[in-house]
Amino acid sequence: MKQIKTAAQAVEAVKDGSSIMIGGFMVCGHPFTLVDEVLKKGLKDLTLITNDAGFPEKGIGKLIVSGQTKCLIVSHIGLNPVAGQKMHSGEMEVQLVPQGTLAERIRAKGAGLGGILTPTGAGTEVEKGKQKFNLNGKDYILENPIGADFAFIKATIADKNGNCFVAKSAKNFNLVMAMAADCVIAEAEKIVEPGELDPELVTVPGVFVNALVSAQINDRSF
Amino acid sequence: MDEKELKRIRIAKRIAQEFPDGAVVNLGIGMPTLVADHIPPGKTILLHSENGFIGLGPRPEKGKEDKDIVNAGGAPVSIVKGGCFFDSAMSFSIIRGGHLDYTVLGALEVDEEGNLANYMIPGKMVPGMGGAMDLVAGAKNVVISMEHVNKNGAPKILKKCTLPLTAKGEVDLIVTELAFIRVTKKGLVLEEIAEDTTVEEVLKNTEAKLTVAGNLRRF
Repeated sequence: MKQIKTAAQAVEAVKDGSSIMIGGFMVCGHPFTLVDEVLKKGLKDLTLITNDAGFPEKGIGKLIVSGQTKCLIVSHIGLNPVAGQKMHSGEMEVQLVPQGTLAERIRAKGAGLGGILTPTGAGTEVEKGKQKFNLNGKDYILENPIGADFAFIKATIADKNGNCFVAKSAKNFNLVMAMAADCVIAEAEKIVEPGELDPELVTVPGVFVNALVSAQINDRSF
Repeated sequence: MDEKELKRIRIAKRIAQEFPDGAVVNLGIGMPTLVADHIPPGKTILLHSENGFIGLGPRPEKGKEDKDIVNAGGAPVSIVKGGCFFDSAMSFSIIRGGHLDYTVLGALEVDEEGNLANYMIPGKMVPGMGGAMDLVAGAKNVVISMEHVNKNGAPKILKKCTLPLTAKGEVDLIVTELAFIRVTKKGLVLEEIAEDTTVEEVLKNTEAKLTVAGNLRRF
């Protein structure tokens, strides 16, 4: 059985300089409760690995606006102008990674692979400083795995063994991130006893999950 | 309807005719999204949304939105009957693995070799590439949907792109309000022109070399 913690207990070990993967895509499938709890801690020098910079006033965007983030590894920051300003002023380092490459680098870490060869970004600025291979007449670049100290993922339903069902398009990065961090915390809208979640419906196997937190914030106003 | 909107609809209608029945298509946010409204009657296409599903449907009416169903721009949408959800790694395996029939995207610049620049203007606009690089590298057919010239009236179809590339040599078709252009190994071929333009006007507004097809058609 996994530990069920309060959000505050779950993020207790997150410290200055920690790296955190945060699931979600434009705050769909985003662990709002855990992110808000980290925000309260007023940390510094965080490295965040996430699909996008969200919006300035919502979810992960707030961790950027508050200045707690030193480095952001993302595919897109276009809807959070503050992230762009901090990148241009040099206040925050931003590593832009093609979305599919980001997902696969994270998956590679979780799957025990030494890296991936992808055609995405060949012949563009993305290939700078990376090893290149021509295989069967096609160019590929070697991309390294990405891991983190923590992963915060969002589940629709979690059972107490850590198995998570993530509904609809909220799945996004939540599965691969659960595979790739030292400590994985699943924020679930509903926590049930083992046996109450149909094993056929498990999106994230419980083997990846360290602790569960009950989601206090599920709002996603359009 | 203003002139700009009419241009956009013309582009969308022409692109919509390209897809065979049952094609799986990813439409970029903005002008490419319009294509979905102009699929010819009798044809069905399945829309892929890179955040994690195939079967993208229209925005639900107010109050009926589902927080767990959004498009790649984060806006509420729906899923059609027969659709399916998946995670990001699967979504990009579909894209990169060549299982996506078409991707339709906008462009800042496109050139004679099928190079595309659409994700940044250094120092000015650096939003990140999102899924664009994977889409262009992986989709079977890459279709560019854009206005023929930029807002200063300068050509966007160039001999060589000047902005950082999204992908090298991956563009297959360029559709504008004036022209339908195919990228071939021998360069750009002007296959069709719009009903209210002339070859001369198209050439005047294009920096790249265009070969006019022998059987030039109108759209």
